[in-house]
Amino acid sequence: MKFGVVVFPGSNCDADCHYVVGDVLGQPVEYIWHESQDLAGVDSLILPGGFSYGDYLRTGAIARFSPVMRAVETFARRGGLVLGICNGFQILLEAGLLPGAMRRNESLHFQCQDTHIRVESVATPFSSRTRVGQVLKIPIAHSDGNYYADEGTLRELEEGGQILFRYCDSQGRVTAAANPNGSVDSIAGITNRQGNVLGMMPHPERAAEAQLGSEDGRLIFESILAYLAGKSV
Amino acid sequence: MWQARIYVTPKKGILDPQGSAVSKALGSLGFQQVSEVRVGKYLVVKLEAPGREEAERAVDQMCRRLLANPVIEDYTFEIAEFLGRVNH
Repeated sequence: MKFGVVVFPGSNCDADCHYVVGDVLGQPVEYIWHESQDLAGVDSLILPGGFSYGDYLRTGAIARFSPVMRAVETFARRGGLVLGICNGFQILLEAGLLPGAMRRNESLHFQCQDTHIRVESVATPFSSRTRVGQVLKIPIAHSDGNYYADEGTLRELEEGGQILFRYCDSQGRVTAAANPNGSVDSIAGITNRQGNVLGMMPHPERAAEAQLGSEDGRLIFESILAYLAGKSV
Repeated sequence: MWQARIYVTPKKGILDPQGSAVSKALGSLGFQQVSEVRVGKYLVVKLEAPGREEAERAVDQMCRRLLANPVIEDYTFEIAEFLGRVNH
């Protein structure tokens, strides 16, 4: 299963994603430069974290118009799996591949810490290796992760089973204290209606080996693999 | 040549953490009369257009497509003929 990691000017988690896919999971993986319009036949795409285009104007606002994004949009609309992590999530929002927008963290601080997130659905290609209610320990590192969507959109997300992760405490309780950035409904990750595009603020690639304090993030990559393997049978 | 002054602000009802922090700081400086602060962006764009209407239409498109995020932000702008000197 071939993975592609999109590299924008200012991406800084691209190598970590490449490492997890290539070295930890042992899968073929390629970098895809933001000027490329060819996705090199990948089965799954990762938009990594970082500060694409310096976060100028708004996070993801300029990256969204990179040449590669046209190919990403076509890939997503055809059902290809797209995982946007942190800045990748922000880019997917700006591109309209996911609903809503990001605001500055409620604390106004760059929040860099471990968080716990609760799995709300296993019926997606990104979560089949998890259980509903399972608590994953995965770190965040961002200034603009305060997710916003209006009430109608939130209702649609909820009804469509698109809210995949919520911030919670280590026991799985969703509380205001466990919400690190002020996101509405404690949202940490959402999918599109079809379920093939996921955006999440926590960094699963930083929690894919025991040495790094948590292996929970690997479950997301393993779910993608399981989904792709099932599809190719 | 035209010059647009564009104001991008958080939509009404959208929590603005920066505005709240500035509002609190003003309060602690003794400006008790401040009831709300909203922090936005101010952009100056110079552009070529055959007339005011075309310039306005172009700037409106720029705001819709890139300069403001319609989910959380509103925008307004003023357009004036730019006569070659720094004018803001």
